[in-house]
Amino acid sequence: MINNIEQLNELKNKYAPTVAMRLGHGHFVDAGDGIRKNVLICGGTGCTSSHSMDVRDALVKELKLAGIEDEIKVVTTGCFGLCALGPIMIVYPEGTFYSKVKPEDMHAIVTEHLVGGNPVRKLLYSETVKGNDILALDQTPFYAKQHRVALRNCGVIDPECINEYIARDGYQALAKVITTMTPKEVIQTILDSGLRGRGGAGFPTGKKWSFAEAQPQGKKYVVCNADEGDPGAFMDRSVLEGDPHAVLEAMAIAGYAIGADEGYIYVRAEYPIAVNRLRIAIKQAEESGVLGQNIFGTGFNFKITLRLGAGAFVCGEETALLTSIEGHRGEPRPRPPFPAVKGLFGKPTIINNVETLANIAQIILNGPEWFASMGTATSKGTKVFALGGKITNTGLVEIPMGTTLREVVEEIGGGVPGGKKFKAAQTGGPSGGCIPASLIDTPIDYDNLIAIGSMMGSGGLIVMDEDDCMVDIAKFFLEFTVDESCGKCVPCRIGTMRLLETLEKITDGHGTLEDIDKLEELSEYIKSASLCALGQTAPNPVLSTLHFFRDEYIAHVVDKTCPAHACKNLMQYKIVPELCKGCTLCSRKCPVGAISGKVKNPHVIDTSKCIKCGVCISGCKFGAIVKA
Amino acid sequence: MKKKMTTVAFTDTPEQAAQLNALIASYKDKEGNLMPVLQGAQDIYGYLPLEVMKTIAIGLDVSVSEVYGVASFYSQFTLNPKGKVSIAVCLGTACYVKGSGKLHEKCMEITGIGAGDISPDGKFSYDATRCIGACGLAPVMTVNGDVYGRITPADVEGIIRKYL
Repeated sequence: MINNIEQLNELKNKYAPTVAMRLGHGHFVDAGDGIRKNVLICGGTGCTSSHSMDVRDALVKELKLAGIEDEIKVVTTGCFGLCALGPIMIVYPEGTFYSKVKPEDMHAIVTEHLVGGNPVRKLLYSETVKGNDILALDQTPFYAKQHRVALRNCGVIDPECINEYIARDGYQALAKVITTMTPKEVIQTILDSGLRGRGGAGFPTGKKWSFAEAQPQGKKYVVCNADEGDPGAFMDRSVLEGDPHAVLEAMAIAGYAIGADEGYIYVRAEYPIAVNRLRIAIKQAEESGVLGQNIFGTGFNFKITLRLGAGAFVCGEETALLTSIEGHRGEPRPRPPFPAVKGLFGKPTIINNVETLANIAQIILNGPEWFASMGTATSKGTKVFALGGKITNTGLVEIPMGTTLREVVEEIGGGVPGGKKFKAAQTGGPSGGCIPASLIDTPIDYDNLIAIGSMMGSGGLIVMDEDDCMVDIAKFFLEFTVDESCGKCVPCRIGTMRLLETLEKITDGHGTLEDIDKLEELSEYIKSASLCALGQTAPNPVLSTLHFFRDEYIAHVVDKTCPAHACKNLMQYKIVPELCKGCTLCSRKCPVGAISGKVKNPHVIDTSKCIKCGVCISGCKFGAIVKA
Repeated sequence: MKKKMTTVAFTDTPEQAAQLNALIASYKDKEGNLMPVLQGAQDIYGYLPLEVMKTIAIGLDVSVSEVYGVASFYSQFTLNPKGKVSIAVCLGTACYVKGSGKLHEKCMEITGIGAGDISPDGKFSYDATRCIGACGLAPVMTVNGDVYGRITPADVEGIIRKYL
């Protein structure tokens, strides 16, 4: 039980050496417990899906067999970021990075590396092997350009151990705030830092807090929005899985700043690991006394309740989220009144996104000037992006605001795989837009992205290559929005459906030029007339692809072709006679008997029979079958 | 997503009924209790049959239509039981651009049912899910909770066969 700051510092000093070895300096740190090395294994969703927990069990078994289980500390951490290479394992102090490890590899790693001192080269991440040298993780292109603030503890500490968080200055910011600062000073610090909400719209966090603080004293709430619904985004999940206490601490700080004694975390039920780690973290924080009654003996009380969402995208909208916590259908309410005035259960409420909160303690400890020194004129600090789609290094990256899209895609992300051309990057999910290759040098910040018709959103960044049809992508997002529209207001409920139908008409090959005009007109109506941000931003994928890839729309309606050969109704499979060796493989594989020809003679596809299943193209060894 | 009521007959055990009653009692008179109770009930029964929704409505003193309204609003709540082989394909953006749309079609072809349905013999259920967060493994499908990443339509049949 921590009753005062002295006790917090005692704990910090006690556990700091345990964590110090993992901070990437390459030095051994003696924590006085006989531990020579730390082996960190990722326990995030990506790596556990590739069975990292089996790897951990095998490692523990091998350590026992080798008799060194008391010298090697095995730590299950949150996400390291490089999800595509999972399961991931790092050995400290040297920082050796093993990727795609399997349980059967553990014997070699234990005997050759942990006992023998020689890393198992064939299991290392290839980017860390340079000739005879083995680089540490932070020297690879993927990590070198990153700057970790919100993710500073992800992949470093054991998220299920509060003491490791305390060792990393955990709860120091809360202690500083409630013992030395007034609520107004706290808010001023956040205002001065320039921190803007990381959940989508980018509203200044300090301002939001000041609105709620200005309300008369009484019951108020702090709500953490952990309902990360943007398909393809997993920043918040990684913070919750890797550093849950950072969110709890920030909520308590926010509570002190606005005068609230209670907080709710609304988290997606689809994130079972994150939910479990939050439950453990809340329990540990309460038992340690950093949450609950009379925190650090100051008389400040704060408790946090976990609420599970149930998979409704609209609940990421703040008023819909509040309605959902209250136990109803997650439908948004008109604003004003804003939640800061009348929010959860009718009381003043602030709602902050997970990543926003993950920055708070660092701002308090390092000062607002430190935070404001990173980023661009209007967007301060760093931003976490979930890189996905057609990119080599799928995973999680944190970069200073103002980093260009080119640096993210080509340097950190390792470019588009398979020698394909970069076509566009999609940001902001179903509310955002596509950034074409011509704008790849745009520095990423809130205002630049809005200026080019996209938005920061929560930070999903999906890379697309030449095989992706932009009309099809717009259709994909509209299918999503139609599904997720709550149905409360007409422009969104009916308008998005009409948008989708028009897009389907175009991808089916029945579109006209008039349809393109209609798409634009209807989009403007939906934007201006919808009740909440879901509807207001729903047409963005259509408008942005229309703006940058209008020629693709025109090809669909005028030439009746899909330039990317993605729309089934607008493409055909063909055999190039010069390349076909007549091996008959395709005609035997074709499920509908559409391919005919004599042995050792070029074959032909009967397009009237072809169902475009693609079996022939993936089976042909000569690359003789093409889409046209 | 539009939800269909199930065609499977409802059965419950005395243990399940007791668990449900205890759950309702523990949340009665708490603010915002309906969703946690529905989540708990789904854990007990695996889905939310109309009979269970009626019990909850009476227990929490709200109308059945309110309970049904909430249950049908959120995609996590299922009004259909899961099949012996429960299949899902992720249709998040990262998986979609890597071809999960084709996996989706293949799964519907193999199981003969649409997304959100259960086959009449209870053998298969199929769902098209939102992002499950395993974007590094895209495209992804899950069978009875096991995750299969980086797969092609040609792999689907073999994966499902393992569970038959």
